[in-house]
Amino acid sequence: MANIENFATPSSAMGALKRPVVTKGWREWVFTVDHKKLGIMYMATAMFFFLVGGLEAVLIRLQLALPDGKILNADLYNQMFTMHATTMVFLFVMPMTAGFANYFIPLQIGARDVAFPRINAFSFWALLFGGLFINLSWFLGGAADGGWFMYAPNSGPIFSPSHGVDFWALGLQITGIASLAGAINLIVTILNMRAPGMKLMRMPIFTWMSLVVQFLLAFAVPVITVALFLLSFQRNYGATFFDVASGADPLLWQHLFWIFGHPEVYILILPSFGIISEVLPVFSRKPLFGYPFVVFSGAAIGFVGWGVWAHHMFASGLGPVSVAVFSISTMAIAVPTGVKIVNWTLTLWGGKLWFTTAMKFAIGLIVLFTIGGLSGVTHSVAPSDTQQTDTYYIVAHFHYVLFGGAVLGLFSGFYYWWPKMFGKMLNEKLGSWNFWFMVIGLNMTFGPMHILGLQGQPRRMYQWTENRAGEGFFNLAFWNLVASIGSLILVIGVFFFLVNVFITARSGKVSPLDPWGARSLEWMTSNPPKEHNFDSIPTVRHLDEFFHRKYAEDANGQMQQIATAEEVLKQLEDNADAHIHMPSPSYWPIVLAFGLPITALGVIYSVPLAIFGGVIILFSAFGWALEPSTAPDTDFDPPSSGDTSKDVVHVG
Amino acid sequence: MWFTLDNLATAHDTHEGAAHSSTGLSNVKLGMWLFLGTECLLFGGLISTYMLYRGRVGTGPRPSQVFDIPFTSVSSFVLLMSSLTMVLAVSSAHKRDDKSTNLWLVITALLGATFVGGQVYEFTAFYNEGMGFSTSLFSSSFYVLTGFHGVHVTVGLIMLLALRGMLKNNKVPGSRAETVEMIGLYWHFVDIVWIIIFTLIDLIPA
Repeated sequence: MANIENFATPSSAMGALKRPVVTKGWREWVFTVDHKKLGIMYMATAMFFFLVGGLEAVLIRLQLALPDGKILNADLYNQMFTMHATTMVFLFVMPMTAGFANYFIPLQIGARDVAFPRINAFSFWALLFGGLFINLSWFLGGAADGGWFMYAPNSGPIFSPSHGVDFWALGLQITGIASLAGAINLIVTILNMRAPGMKLMRMPIFTWMSLVVQFLLAFAVPVITVALFLLSFQRNYGATFFDVASGADPLLWQHLFWIFGHPEVYILILPSFGIISEVLPVFSRKPLFGYPFVVFSGAAIGFVGWGVWAHHMFASGLGPVSVAVFSISTMAIAVPTGVKIVNWTLTLWGGKLWFTTAMKFAIGLIVLFTIGGLSGVTHSVAPSDTQQTDTYYIVAHFHYVLFGGAVLGLFSGFYYWWPKMFGKMLNEKLGSWNFWFMVIGLNMTFGPMHILGLQGQPRRMYQWTENRAGEGFFNLAFWNLVASIGSLILVIGVFFFLVNVFITARSGKVSPLDPWGARSLEWMTSNPPKEHNFDSIPTVRHLDEFFHRKYAEDANGQMQQIATAEEVLKQLEDNADAHIHMPSPSYWPIVLAFGLPITALGVIYSVPLAIFGGVIILFSAFGWALEPSTAPDTDFDPPSSGDTSKDVVHVG
Repeated sequence: MWFTLDNLATAHDTHEGAAHSSTGLSNVKLGMWLFLGTECLLFGGLISTYMLYRGRVGTGPRPSQVFDIPFTSVSSFVLLMSSLTMVLAVSSAHKRDDKSTNLWLVITALLGATFVGGQVYEFTAFYNEGMGFSTSLFSSSFYVLTGFHGVHVTVGLIMLLALRGMLKNNKVPGSRAETVEMIGLYWHFVDIVWIIIFTLIDLIPA
């Protein structure tokens, strides 16, 4: 059995500040570098921000439920929709997918941790501090109010005099650093740390889709970094990059933003595509239909996703050639997406379907994402898009793909992997309530927005008036009210999930080892997984390795069970590696990450504070560099048994 | 910098690891190449901004009125030579020749510092000739682009000097040769970016 008990007490590296010696209680979480703990912390953070963003959404819908809404004034309404979108995109969906990726990628490829465990911890803390930093603006003079894509001149000091946009720009820099570090870390992990035999085309689909996403992040984030720097220099140091009066080209911001922003859309959706590509085969009792097609269509989305950004700008007068090119590329990107939908449908076809909550959410994604995808194709037709730009039709479209797509996929993942992460099953009955309320709620909320938009209701308008709402079936008053009621039903759906989590934590059913009859490597370990994931690193011979260890063809070509999950696990345990060193906990990731918001506050309020933040960053960078990632044996207190084995970070 | 400094530390995990990894590259090296890939996009954005705005001088000085091409050529040459000395440092590190490694690292840092010093001098001269940061779109985008590059060189200087200190006190946790090589990769990247920036700013007329 592994001697991981020893790893709790490495000490000394920098003299002044020793390594964390105790890893119990809160310290076990704050100084951890374990990818599973960090994954859970990512998910908890994301869930918190989901509730914050949800509250903002409800306030928006309450304001618009009836004519001449009085709940928010115009200024607060602007802040509300800006922060709703910013929170949902950057602080909910992105961290939630990062949480899934952190937790499951090492398990799915048969590794014991990520390539750079401390950078992983740093990414999490930077995300958390960045998210809190952006929201700090609510209490310091008002939040950002220029819409989530922050077009000039709305982002300038004349239209946005509070510090909200400064907090927004600097906070997104911090979360951007987190994303960038995380992306590099996970790409190296996936490419370099696969178990023996885990070829690229044997990797589980979730890992594949995450790989595409991390590449998109790695190359999209630097572009918005530039844009945000330019914006900050304009607001704080007198530059005029987006100021038309000074001869600037405001389209520069739009291009930079959407070169980031459109790959960002795929960053949000592809992890959910990966999740349901795991869920659908398991609950259809069939392998995924056309695995290579799903892989390559995902990669194709990743490539073509770089060539469609200007379809967000059709109304800005790009000229006929640009518009034609981006129209066509936008139509083209629907093809690989359609390929995926067909693959999922054919995975279901002829399968023994098992309608668990995870499966319901996965099927919900197929249906609702398709609706959103189709309205997306209508945007590729530039003349029609020009009519729809900045109306509720757009709002309807991206909520169908993001809520109906990304969010339903994430919920599917919660129900599917909860037993893996916590060893307990989420309640299926409450899960069903959760699912139906969410699906009905989201269709009631976002469905009518198609009508509102085609009738011409602009987005971001803080009030509408009775006498311009029209009459008959398509009158705005009725459908605005329906949408607002729908949002409350949606809230009840989310509430069922929280209740479910609470009840499961208190008295949930303990999960069997293999509750769903799963197919991939992450299920070949205990629930929840051991600290070091696998007692011995499995050698992979098949796509769906776990399934093939449980089932084999008999003489008649029928699949027969040859081993139970318990037997498969026992075999790994019997061959356990003698000595396993896990990467040691460290203070530096959280200290370094803490320097970032301090510096950012200094940029807004006072130069000495910024210098102080810079000193924290530099000091912790040196502490970090001088501290070995895995404590050497001599560094243990008490000294470990004297064996010198190490390097488990790098099995493979 | 957070990333590169982690290289120093995690080299430990992989000093014998290249043969074990799925690609045959060590984690650190693969990570460094990816990081430099992201840097291309960062400089890509900054260069695009400069190219868009370099003709928009407003009432401020035009590029040809302030730029001192012979001076910048000399400091560019100094920076390029630092790539040569960096290669010699990496080569010495692979030969486990600590004395030469040390020497070449110090010379590289001196050359880099000369370049940064030249940049500070040039910025001061431009400012005195009436080209402030917010004078025109051209001046803002010029200072942002070259300033970002200067910060990158400065970060490289800090890493070179820190590395020298750590080598001397035997504090590098992991493969010394690979750590030197990683900082070398970063250093060469910063030099290559300068070749592009210098060409676009000074050699191609606006």
